[in-house]
Amino acid sequence: MKFSYYPGCTLSAKAKDLDEYGRKAAEALGITLEELPEWQCCGAVYPNATDEIATRLSSVRALSNAKKAGMPLVTLCSACHHVIKRVNHDMLNNVDIREKVNTYLGTMEGAEPYEGDWQVIHYLEMLRDCVGFDELKAKVVNPLKGKKIGAYYGCLLLRPGKEMQMDDPENPTILEDFIRAIGAEPVYYGMRNECCGGYITVEDKAQAKKRVNAITDNARNSGAEMLITACPLCHYNLQKNADEPIQTVYFTELLAEALGVK
Amino acid sequence: MQRIGVFVCWCGSNIAATVDVQAVADALAKEPGVVFATNYQYMCSQTGQDMIQEKIKELGLTGVVICSCSPRMHEATFRRTCEKAGLNPYMVEIANIREQVSWVHKDKAVGTEKAIILGRAAIAKVQLNTPLIAGESPVTKRALVIGGGIAGIQTALDIADAGFPVDIVETKPTIGGKMAQLDKTFPTLDCAACILTPKMVDAGQNDNIRILSYSEVEEVKGFVGNFEVKIRRKARYVKEDLCTGCGLCMEKCPQKKVPNEFNMGLDNRTAIYIPFAQAVPKVATIDANYCLMLKNGKCGLCSRNCTAGAIDYKQQDEFIEEKYGAIVVATGFNPISLDKFDEFAYSKSPDVVSSLEFERLMNAAGPTGGTLLRPSDRTHPHTIVFVQCVGSRCDASAEKGKEYCSKICCMYTAKHAMLTREKYPDTEVYVFYIDVRTPGKSFDEFYRRAVEQYNVHYIKGMVGKVVPEGGKLKVQASDLLDNRQIHIDADMVVLAAAIEPDKSARPLATKLTASMDTNDFFTEAHPKLRPVESPTAGVFLSGTCQGPKDIPETVAQAGAAASKVIGLLVKDKLIGNPCVAKPNELMCNGCSSCEKVCPYGAITYEDKPFRGPNRTTLIRRVACVNPAVCQGCGACTVACPSGAMDLQGFSNRQIMAEVDAICK
Repeated sequence: MKFSYYPGCTLSAKAKDLDEYGRKAAEALGITLEELPEWQCCGAVYPNATDEIATRLSSVRALSNAKKAGMPLVTLCSACHHVIKRVNHDMLNNVDIREKVNTYLGTMEGAEPYEGDWQVIHYLEMLRDCVGFDELKAKVVNPLKGKKIGAYYGCLLLRPGKEMQMDDPENPTILEDFIRAIGAEPVYYGMRNECCGGYITVEDKAQAKKRVNAITDNARNSGAEMLITACPLCHYNLQKNADEPIQTVYFTELLAEALGVK
Repeated sequence: MQRIGVFVCWCGSNIAATVDVQAVADALAKEPGVVFATNYQYMCSQTGQDMIQEKIKELGLTGVVICSCSPRMHEATFRRTCEKAGLNPYMVEIANIREQVSWVHKDKAVGTEKAIILGRAAIAKVQLNTPLIAGESPVTKRALVIGGGIAGIQTALDIADAGFPVDIVETKPTIGGKMAQLDKTFPTLDCAACILTPKMVDAGQNDNIRILSYSEVEEVKGFVGNFEVKIRRKARYVKEDLCTGCGLCMEKCPQKKVPNEFNMGLDNRTAIYIPFAQAVPKVATIDANYCLMLKNGKCGLCSRNCTAGAIDYKQQDEFIEEKYGAIVVATGFNPISLDKFDEFAYSKSPDVVSSLEFERLMNAAGPTGGTLLRPSDRTHPHTIVFVQCVGSRCDASAEKGKEYCSKICCMYTAKHAMLTREKYPDTEVYVFYIDVRTPGKSFDEFYRRAVEQYNVHYIKGMVGKVVPEGGKLKVQASDLLDNRQIHIDADMVVLAAAIEPDKSARPLATKLTASMDTNDFFTEAHPKLRPVESPTAGVFLSGTCQGPKDIPETVAQAGAAASKVIGLLVKDKLIGNPCVAKPNELMCNGCSSCEKVCPYGAITYEDKPFRGPNRTTLIRRVACVNPAVCQGCGACTVACPSGAMDLQGFSNRQIMAEVDAICK
């Protein structure tokens, strides 16, 4: 299995673990992740403003290059996935945006028009739909037995459900299924798909703190020993802004551990 | 050559505002065969109708064209008008210049041109019209009611009271429907069982009513006055005529872990069961999915203990066929599945319940004997949050929920809130709403009583999230009037789920060829003027199968449907539709193509003698149409390879003449 891979800038700086373990685990699973040449920062959420066109170009270029390479695009960071998936949706369904973006692209040398006709999936979707959680379970050499893990989805990965099309945004199961596949025990807690307030942490730290505490308290009171996430922003916020932080790691780290390549 | 009169209607300003009616009349006056053309403000008024009749007599008109609203609206009116003036009613044609012209065009010049073209087409058709005489068919004086809830029961009782036999077909083992599950009813708070069960008993004892419980409609043939219905009587493995309803079998049955649907799965029942104490018919039914004897052939305890010898493990589904003059649909509703609303943690916490579940928790015959206890730990809840509009009034683009208002939720939530405060004054009750909609007699007073006398906290705003934690339900919501976020630690959350038509409605509509809307509610023949009739002749609508409604409205509609049925059944003969298929026997080669496509089974074949060359006689197989069964759908006219089949009143020549007139 071969995929084009878009790491994104946070994974090259703050969230190196997410990227590094993701690549190692993929290798162990026999998956080739081919990093896109000359990828650029996705712009983290801001490109989704309805009147922004230029900021969408980076995502479009990534999608277009993956199409050129003939492999589905895989992302790992929740924020990057959110942006690229939604830009792709716009390119397919919003004529106005599609035309304007392609007019921009037309002024660039070697750029081809893009119509939103390529696939972008998240690493978790790759595990679920391309590898299969049963298959993954069979490849686990070091099952994380007895570990009680809470899945933390955050807000970017699932919503808006109609565009992200990953899982039911109100009752997701993909991370819980993942936890089961690596041999650990998923812990359900209600706040798992709530926003952590990461985006306002600079502006209104008290508010972000309130959100984070509500999440960590709920997780701990529901019996979770640790949380896993796919989002660097949540990872930072949950660790730094909680009064009593709960251990939070990237899901790829546990995946690598379970596959014996950590 | 026909002598045709053209009458152009203004429909007040409905047509006249976007169509130059004078110009239409002037243009159509020049068409061949037209001897008179005029326009008038309201052609359907008495004055308008009188004018048409006068002109028919004065000018000896042989055909009439009315340029007005849709024929669905007034074709029957104008046909009657002309008939009274001595003209055959099938010499009248309607050109629809309202729905197809003035209501959809803004430009007067365009509208006028199109109106003239449609008028011309109608004139071209009338030129070829021939007088048609409608046949008669007898009426079977028996009615079928599908669904045995309060709607079906009331309709059946009213029809039976008028002296006509009625069959109620109910898919469940007992009649009673949703109302039997309710505790109290708004706005008077009388007990649902106390007012429903006497009606159930009446239905059970009425000589004119036959209750076919645990049965389903399998197939419907025929037409108004003469339906032939095949009914599946599902095997209940108990002989209905022998069972006394003593309930001994239920005591002995070892399989006691069957989710009890009557109590919304909040407790269990046995595999052999009578749904509730007041069931009608009070006959046991074996649930084949759980019965140990039927599953593995080991047990037989109920059979051994039944003193009446009513148990029959070998029973099979049976089919009965019956003729009916009229059919009433009363298939009712269900609350929607709450699977997609997990922001309220419905699937995660047993203390988040639907309103119908809450109804059972309040009911004396319910799983808690009428004491309100939390399903999780059977303790008394001290804080209850009610959420209204769960799945109702959703955005059309949303992936879940219904666009419509379910209508009954505001009132039953007020009822639940009030009853809780009445019985348990130490309980804090919150109701979150988008709007409180309580129109109806004594309804708003009822709601205000909940707020003012019972101190129920009504908060405008929706609940965003329910998080179960530590035995509590953390409710996060917005108070829109106060513009703040609120957090409530609740013991129970009650969701007022939207209601939707029963799942059996869609396949039934297909069997009845009755139309439905996009939400699977049955469509009425006219939303204002014929609200209890389906557009399919002889099929009537009762209760929530037609749209969300409460009990008083349902009962009113049930009575109205019954009166329509009685009006039909008292007739000895029905005037048929003469616009039926007719084969040209000289052209028919007996190929059977038409027979194969006829959805009503109206076509048969006969061997008939024809004159051959040299005075010989040839016997040829030709198609025959039963005009009483034919519905004039025209499928056979299209299927016929030799063009022998024609629809009277809509012959191929007439249609082509219309097309030619439009394309001229």
